[in-house]
Amino acid sequence: MKLKGWKEVTPGAVVPEAGSALKFKTGSWRSFRPIWIEENCIQCLFCWLYCPDMAIKVKDGKRGEFDYNYCKGCGICALECPGKKGKKAIVMEEEGK
Amino acid sequence: MAKIVAVTGNEASANALRQVNPDVCAAYPITPQTEMMQRFASFVSDGMVKTELILVESEHSSLSACVGASAAGGRVITATSSQGLALMWEILFIASGTRLPIVMPVVNRALSAPLNIHGDHSDAMGARDTGWIQLWSENGQEAYDNTIQAFRIAEHMDIRLPAMVCMDGFIISHSIERLEYLEDEEVRDFVGEFKQMYPLLDLEHPVSYGPLILPDYYMEYRKAQADVESKVAKVVLDVAKDFEKMSGRKYGLFETYRLDDAEIGLVILNSAAGTSKDTVDEFRDRGIRAGLLKPRLYRPFPYGEVGEALKHLKAICVLDRADAFGGSYGPLFLDIATSLYPYQHKPMLVNKIYGLGGRDYLPAHAELVLNELVDITKTGAVKNLKEYIGVRE
Repeated sequence: MKLKGWKEVTPGAVVPEAGSALKFKTGSWRSFRPIWIEENCIQCLFCWLYCPDMAIKVKDGKRGEFDYNYCKGCGICALECPGKKGKKAIVMEEEGK
Repeated sequence: MAKIVAVTGNEASANALRQVNPDVCAAYPITPQTEMMQRFASFVSDGMVKTELILVESEHSSLSACVGASAAGGRVITATSSQGLALMWEILFIASGTRLPIVMPVVNRALSAPLNIHGDHSDAMGARDTGWIQLWSENGQEAYDNTIQAFRIAEHMDIRLPAMVCMDGFIISHSIERLEYLEDEEVRDFVGEFKQMYPLLDLEHPVSYGPLILPDYYMEYRKAQADVESKVAKVVLDVAKDFEKMSGRKYGLFETYRLDDAEIGLVILNSAAGTSKDTVDEFRDRGIRAGLLKPRLYRPFPYGEVGEALKHLKAICVLDRADAFGGSYGPLFLDIATSLYPYQHKPMLVNKIYGLGGRDYLPAHAELVLNELVDITKTGAVKNLKEYIGVRE
């Protein structure tokens, strides 16, 4: 992609385009990876609600696998996950292990 | 029809703000600005303006609220002095870098420590490199006129930068002077309706403010901002021309006083320029060709124009009502020296620091300095490049 020159950038660094975070893949920042354990998932969608990016994909009202392109590994989903009978449906694992 | 009144500088500025009728004002009280926002708050309470007044817990918060309100799409004001301006420091850069045309009267006051509430220019001089436009005002009339013009300059579509309007604390802010007010309708027509470029509240066109800009783009945004600054002087002159048509009062980038055929000259900001003009007259009566230059647009500084106006002089004294610590010279001196640097034949320069913390600047001080300039033109030698005047040994 050709980078813009100084005459082409918007005043004040305003981003005049909605949803442009889609173009900015931040998955490589991650040092911990959330793992979804489907059998413990009650489909409450807390993870989708709390995710600060768009790493939780929801289809037909149900969550599926993570989209790791947008997951920085912050761990908020794992923290908020109520799980089932005391067992979490999302756990964090160190990358590279 | 102009209305002639006797008011303080603070009251005059508050009335200019009332006539502009901004959308949002977020302010915090600080001496000597307090009276201005107190009066403006009364206008809000009395329903004389439609302004949403936000009372905050600090100046860091007041300017932060202004940034949000301006990005949302409003015409926004605040006002401050001294420590308040210092506390705004972080957000000053955010307002200018985000290109938000917030207008802020600054009632100049010394910085602590030692604690002092009186007038000097340390506060605004500390903010001179923040990307804000700075207009400086000799008296209440200029503070009033500059405040009105500041909106047109800051909000000009080629500019879109925040602007400070400076006046001397107490000396101007609390002294009652004869002033001419414009009619409310005249001011409203002059400033026109405000339109934000990318209003956050325009839900049909969603935008993001304050993104992270990494090394691949940061310099492009900075270069773009620097380029905007090069356009400010022309806009200031265009707005001044329109203002003169309405008011009959003439403004430029700076004021020159008996300077065209002068051999020696003073460069001085704000209220002390008035005192100095009287002394220049006395020297002229004695046949000494003295003159004066008083900057008005201090940021961005019109180096080229100032250099052209001063280059023919033999000796100049730049008087600073603020010192720049670190073994440096007064801020105004540094700018004047820079403006004269490109010329092969330059005037001799000296720098005097005066009037700190509200210390009176007297005609005797101007006389002392002009006599020294006469000596310099005779001997061709500068004894002290920088010196405090009006200070006890």
